[in-house]
Amino acid sequence: MSEQMSEQPLEKTPVTDSAAASSAAKEASAATGSKDGAASASGKKQMNMLQAINNALDIAMAANPRVVLFGEDVGVFGGVFRATSHLQDKYGRERCFNTPLTEQGIIGFANGLAAQGSTPVAEIQFADYIFPAFDQIVNEAAKFRYRSGDLFDVGGLTIRTPYGGGIAGGLYHSQSPEAYFAHTPGLKIVMPRNPHQAKGLLLAAIRDPNPVLFMEPKRLYRASVGEVPEADYELPLGVADVIREGRDITLLGWGAQMEVIEKAAALAEQDGIDCEIIDLRSILPWDIETVCDSVLKTGRLVVSHEAPLTGGFASEIAATVQERCFLYLEAPIRRVTGLDTPFPLVLEKEHLPDELKIYEAIKQSLNY
Amino acid sequence: MSDTTTRGPVSPGTAPPDGSQPELNDLTAMPTADQIAPQGPTVLHHLAFMTGDELCIPIFKRLRQDGTLYPVDVPQGQSDDTRGGQSQDSSPIDRDTALKIYRTMLFTRVLDERMLAAQRQGRLSFYMQCTGEEATVIGSAAALQDDDMIMAQYREQGALAWRGFSCDEFMNQMFGNERDYGKGRQMPIHYGSRDLHYMTISSPLATQIPQATGYAYGQKLAGKGQCTITIFGEGAASEGDFHAALNMASVHRVPCIFLCRNNGYAISTPSCEQFAADGIAPRAFGYHMQSIRVDGNDVIAVYEATLAARKIAVETNQPVLIEAMTYRLAAHSSSDDPSGYRSKKEEAIWRDKDPILRMRNWLEAQGWWSEEEEKATGDQLRREVLESMKRAEKLAPPALDTLISDVYDTPTPLLTQQLEDVKQHIRKYPHAYPKGAASMGFTAQELEDSRKAYQARQQRMQSHQPVESHQPVDGGQTS
Repeated sequence: MSEQMSEQPLEKTPVTDSAAASSAAKEASAATGSKDGAASASGKKQMNMLQAINNALDIAMAANPRVVLFGEDVGVFGGVFRATSHLQDKYGRERCFNTPLTEQGIIGFANGLAAQGSTPVAEIQFADYIFPAFDQIVNEAAKFRYRSGDLFDVGGLTIRTPYGGGIAGGLYHSQSPEAYFAHTPGLKIVMPRNPHQAKGLLLAAIRDPNPVLFMEPKRLYRASVGEVPEADYELPLGVADVIREGRDITLLGWGAQMEVIEKAAALAEQDGIDCEIIDLRSILPWDIETVCDSVLKTGRLVVSHEAPLTGGFASEIAATVQERCFLYLEAPIRRVTGLDTPFPLVLEKEHLPDELKIYEAIKQSLNY
Repeated sequence: MSDTTTRGPVSPGTAPPDGSQPELNDLTAMPTADQIAPQGPTVLHHLAFMTGDELCIPIFKRLRQDGTLYPVDVPQGQSDDTRGGQSQDSSPIDRDTALKIYRTMLFTRVLDERMLAAQRQGRLSFYMQCTGEEATVIGSAAALQDDDMIMAQYREQGALAWRGFSCDEFMNQMFGNERDYGKGRQMPIHYGSRDLHYMTISSPLATQIPQATGYAYGQKLAGKGQCTITIFGEGAASEGDFHAALNMASVHRVPCIFLCRNNGYAISTPSCEQFAADGIAPRAFGYHMQSIRVDGNDVIAVYEATLAARKIAVETNQPVLIEAMTYRLAAHSSSDDPSGYRSKKEEAIWRDKDPILRMRNWLEAQGWWSEEEEKATGDQLRREVLESMKRAEKLAPPALDTLISDVYDTPTPLLTQQLEDVKQHIRKYPHAYPKGAASMGFTAQELEDSRKAYQARQQRMQSHQPVESHQPVDGGQTS
């Protein structure tokens, strides 16, 4: 439940629409100046999430010559979101390069490269496009060590992919497919909530001896800005983070949803409701103990994710918590999620589990 | 940035995170169409489609079925240098290598016969034979360096035998015993060996092909002069992974050999229903890759083609495609019966092209092999296989703890708890889980006691409490 590196509060820069996001990016860019500028005396620097990810990749490549980055448009262009900017310049075309437009090829290639002993960091441009690679992830990467009896593994593999809605992306630039992969033993799944978390978790993912799917909340790429240590640091995988302690109810989420949950908690606070907020951070394996300890204390749980309700990861959490905390529950576990529909475009606000929907769930739980 | 596009309406990436401009692509530095295809006009002013039939890919053959060599036909204007590994003299493979290849072919044939028989006897759950394709698999493996990586499909046991995988190692995998490197997790014939640079087989088809591209890319970066060969069938070449792999291999220039065993069938589907074009070999040209079609039952042709392909791969960092024309003489697997989809006559035609017989004829013509050696070797191999099988059958199954190991580098707390739950359950009903119970230290007597106690309980239930089938066990009353 601890955040190893710092006790800093969560960044307070909640910006939700894409126009504002781009203006936040410009401000951040103006504030931080050039790539090498304006380091603070404390060894920390204001970064948005893309800069933090770029910085983590830079550090990983500098520290280990076997780290190799590739994916669609990640080379000269630095990726469509620019997460890999300048890295080809710095480390050469052999270690940072464009691939042909083939997700199954990218992950197949990455699996082979990892089996060979390299440390590939493969980018899938949008999580919505990861499905051609589903076989290579689910049947190959996840089972590589097990099926060979540990003769071979692809532990060096990290797959980075932007996920989530809120950017007017419609069906195919908005999905949150973590639950499909959570059903796959052998994978780790990590979803950061802010720049500081993104850097520490990504460095840990790249160095973890298991294949990791690192899902980046693209809505926060430029919208989330905060202080990030410039040095090399890692945050633990498989460990949830209690970002605010409270007595009355536990609110659980991950990735971009944490910002929404915080807003809901602020609304509830006005009603005198004291919320405990947990960022799960790792979907697989997930930190059952921290979550259950919290629910044993508060007796109430609301889980929220953008992905659809049915078969979403909140279902797994709810099942586990009721098994372990049955007699301590004061109200049914509430899931606040996207609807069981494809991701809409014009009506995305109605679809998404926003702070008002979560706030209502909190009140219903308290008044049960 | 004119050539970079995003794939949808969302393009937040209008600038790098720090606001600076990236260096642009330079398309003028890339090869133009006339550099890639130096022959023929690059522009036409009359309408004309091309069919691909302009190109006919011949089959490279060296050895006739009677064991004599075809004379080498050097094309006019081509020097010896450009023919890579092809040898001009009458013994293109040295005696020791040739005999090792032949013995490996014989071993593979004997192993396949014995193990299929064992499957028919119910001793083994499943088997797949390499029969008819031994020259392709072993001839190619023999042309590689021993530390080149082999990423095969599932019918390439001969390549592993060539590298020195022992009969016991084969058996331990097939019987899934405690010495199986794969810890009894995969069906028979899913071999792997780290020491022998043979990637563990996985059942999904063609997944190994893009992995081979990635593996070879790593070998290129390492710069130690190794390459990867990946072997697959003509059916698997229909998978998207094949096309992704070849394209990436050419674009990223990796030392990889793509060896297709075109054996005529994907289970029951004949190759004429697998593709409309002229086989697999011409697909390489779509990726600007060198390609050759060889007689897959001609061990010398396969050996020389692979030797030359390896030279291209390692010395120029370019991938090569080899299509070996052969025939799956046996069924697809022990679960298949080819009589439902192909004729005896067709099989007989290919039996006459048996690659082992062809090599034997050549070896005998060289004076390197005899009828007596053939018989003695066959007898010895059959004995070896049978004895090894008996040993492997007797070994214990993998320990219960291997149920959760190797999912991750170390078991997660949840997995550890799940294993503990399984153990608790086995302690209650050890007779129902004899392998796990034995692993936990239960004796045969304890298993028997457990079985008897369970049976006695069942009998009590039947004699004292007759239960209507539609009634709930507790009669609908709360306990």
